[in-house]
Amino acid sequence: MIAIVNYGLGNVRAIANVYRKLNIAVGIAGEPGDIENAGKLILPGVGAFDFAMQRLEQSGLRPALDEAVLHRGVAVLGICVGMQILGCSSEEGTSPGLRWIDADVRKFDVSASRHAAWVPHMGWNDVRALKPNGLFHELGGDSRFYFLHSYYMRCRAEHAIAVTDYGGEFACAVNSGNIYGVQFHPEKSHQWGVQLLKNFAERV
Amino acid sequence: MLRPRIIPCLLLKNGGLVKTVRFGNPKYVGDPINAVRIFNEKEVDEIMVVDIDATAEKRDPDYVLIERMAEECRMPLCYGGGVKTSEQIQRIVELGVEKVGLSSAAIRNPQIVREAAERVGSQSIVVVLDVKGSAPGAYEVMTHNGRRGTGKNPFELARQMADAGAGEIVVNAIDRDGIMGGYDLALAEGVRAAVTVPLTVLGGAGSLADIARLVGQFGSIGAAAGSLFVFKGVYRAVLINYPTRAEKDALIPSPPGRTEEAGRAKGFA
Repeated sequence: MIAIVNYGLGNVRAIANVYRKLNIAVGIAGEPGDIENAGKLILPGVGAFDFAMQRLEQSGLRPALDEAVLHRGVAVLGICVGMQILGCSSEEGTSPGLRWIDADVRKFDVSASRHAAWVPHMGWNDVRALKPNGLFHELGGDSRFYFLHSYYMRCRAEHAIAVTDYGGEFACAVNSGNIYGVQFHPEKSHQWGVQLLKNFAERV
Repeated sequence: MLRPRIIPCLLLKNGGLVKTVRFGNPKYVGDPINAVRIFNEKEVDEIMVVDIDATAEKRDPDYVLIERMAEECRMPLCYGGGVKTSEQIQRIVELGVEKVGLSSAAIRNPQIVREAAERVGSQSIVVVLDVKGSAPGAYEVMTHNGRRGTGKNPFELARQMADAGAGEIVVNAIDRDGIMGGYDLALAEGVRAAVTVPLTVLGGAGSLADIARLVGQFGSIGAAAGSLFVFKGVYRAVLINYPTRAEKDALIPSPPGRTEEAGRAKGFA
């Protein structure tokens, strides 16, 4: 079963709805026990980096998450700020991240962009997979996803599995071992998002 | 390439959806959850829902309805109406709403924008400016359903809101609401020049050609509309509609492709 971590941030129910429509077993994890029983985990998120970390710490779920992801190798997908907190730190705040991926989070600087570009990066943009990865199964060149963020993850090149161009390319999807993250919102990205969430359930 | 956002704007009144003309004459157009389901099928870019009575009636947002809509939306949702505090904004974001629109409260006290941006991030804070007038020198931002003047100029106010931490400005031309005669491009131009955050323009769209004109001039802008997406034909029969993917792609002047800057990668250590 896929457990969506409910720490008070992000669209837990919208993600669960997608899985229910796909007939894929899904649950909402609000207690450490829910995480201990999960086959896979989704870490959603909307909001500021420090606020998300603070919420996660207060939820009491952190030890169970660390145990599942770092020791049992349970696959986890972080979404939006849920991806950003997989890293070590963010320019948005002072809290340390989960440190599950060797990466930090930077603010967009589009001042040098020759094309008009504004921050936040808001709307539908193209996603280009860099290498074969189960997460992007059947998501070809016309894939587009919804983005809503002012900060992006700066990661090691080998961890970037897809990029998006916004005043230069940035890693919009990362993967290191059992840890996955996407900066866009698959739960709000129509058929492409449904396919990606299905892939997380069936292909990774 | 970041695409323009084509956004149906739905107005809530007494739990149902209405469409107005110049902020008056609300006409019932349907049930909000049903409308969200139809817009899901049509793969809309984003959806904006504004409770037009909440502030004027001094009541809180309808959290139960907001939660049901957020759960149903397979596209991003922006909710506005009756939002006065950063606590309310946080609560709405926690219900699964991507963006929260503020108007009168932010204009009265920009500090709310600052506080809310600290809690939920700028990307989720939208300031909606309802603007009366039709000439650059005569624009005035209004509140309370267009009934109360603020004496403020939209360009200066937009800049002030963006400086306070708003992640998007929605500019709504009251005199064009429901008229379907085209956007106020001069108003859009003035606000676009004033801020470096995303801009969405509302009020006046009567055809896809109106949207094409806006997109042709401004590129990846938000083009919002009410009447265009809920009425069909000269008799304004209620029929939810929305451009197809091909029709939307045709609105973009140059074909989607990789920009010349794409080679300049960032984000890799």
